[in-house]
Amino acid sequence: MSGKAIVITSGKGGVGKTTTTANLGAALALAGNTVVLLDADIGLRNLDVVMGLENRIVYDLVNVVEGVCTYNKALIKDKRIDGLYLLPAAQIKDKDAIKPEQMKALVENIKEEFDFVLIDCPAGIEQGFLNAIIGADEAIIIVTPEVSSVRDADRVVGLLDKKGNIPLENMHMVVNRIRMDMVRKKEMLDVSDIEDLLRINVLGVIPDDESVIVSTNKGEPIVLSSKNSVAQAFHDMAGRVLGEDIPFDEKPDRSFVSAVMRFFGLAQ
Amino acid sequence: MFGFKKLFSGEAGSKNAAKERLRLVLIHDRASVSQETIESMKRELIDVISHYIEFDTNDLEFKMESKNEKVALIASIPIVSNKKSIKGA
Ligand SMILES: Nc1ncnc2c1ncn2[C@@H]1O[C@H](COP(=O)(O)OP(=O)(O)OP(=O)(O)O)[C@@H](O)[C@H]1O
Ligand SMILES: [Mg+2]
Repeated sequence: MSGKAIVITSGKGGVGKTTTTANLGAALALAGNTVVLLDADIGLRNLDVVMGLENRIVYDLVNVVEGVCTYNKALIKDKRIDGLYLLPAAQIKDKDAIKPEQMKALVENIKEEFDFVLIDCPAGIEQGFLNAIIGADEAIIIVTPEVSSVRDADRVVGLLDKKGNIPLENMHMVVNRIRMDMVRKKEMLDVSDIEDLLRINVLGVIPDDESVIVSTNKGEPIVLSSKNSVAQAFHDMAGRVLGEDIPFDEKPDRSFVSAVMRFFGLAQ
Repeated sequence: MFGFKKLFSGEAGSKNAAKERLRLVLIHDRASVSQETIESMKRELIDVISHYIEFDTNDLEFKMESKNEKVALIASIPIVSNKKSIKGA
């Protein structure tokens, strides 16, 4: 058996790579798949705290690559969700402790035993980025509806193709932090604008919502703790990764205020 | 007047500006040609062309455009027509 390795990347920092890795992974596991979340952000480890698994780390990615232990020994099993595991990054300063070939071999190994390897990529396009993309079959590019984020995403598309050997049809984008109130006022790029500019297919659309911060505070993936629109967006995304044909929600913003405004003709 | 038109043509809001700016930035990024390179290319071309024809330097237009998945450099050089003939001819 060989699973699929997907890198979650963006170019620009702070746009939601770690959040997406955690929740997409959890949603895929809840759907019955075995999933390894691989934190490739060496020196800035964060997937562990987002998942609430920070107190259970014994070995990390660098230990595995250096042969201190097998990757199986370093995996942290999530006790809340069957089939979900984390391979934490190292908190060392030397970001170049790992070579691309080592990373590639490791991802190949994990793929032998698991359905999915989700690789949380560091921001930027340096060595850490190259290490994160080298073993990936597919890429999810996270973009927020902002000029700088879309621009960086376009750079990353080019690099995934050239340096990662990931063909365009294996690249997908996720639009994160969309605010329908601003989209309606035409003060924010909408999904079709970004699709026009980047020309890659959309895998998911996630609203901007405070529940993301609340869930990070608790160290609990949103798909576990909530049934709101953000959780639904991640379940839908997982469904699409599994090849299901899930339609996009036309109006992700169904808040009471906007419903009232619509009623009084103050919003579309 | 302009504001009125903008309000009702659905063009209000900053997202159109964002999209238009991005469209140009991406063209330059993809072709790996900076605005600076274009500027210096422009100066050299003006120099060469001015040896042969007379034109209005204020009316020149150099831009990158995306056509059928390819990026093209488009130059528009309006020749001054009320002057008699081509220089040096
Ligand atoms: N949909 C959302 N709604 C509200 N806040 C969000 C959303 N997505 C992400 N955030 C917040 O944005 C911040 C950055 O998110 P995250 O850490 O996932 O980004 P990242 O791309 O992994 O960042 P880095 O480049 O530093 O690794 C976090 O504080 C997170 O809570
Ligand atoms: Mg991160």
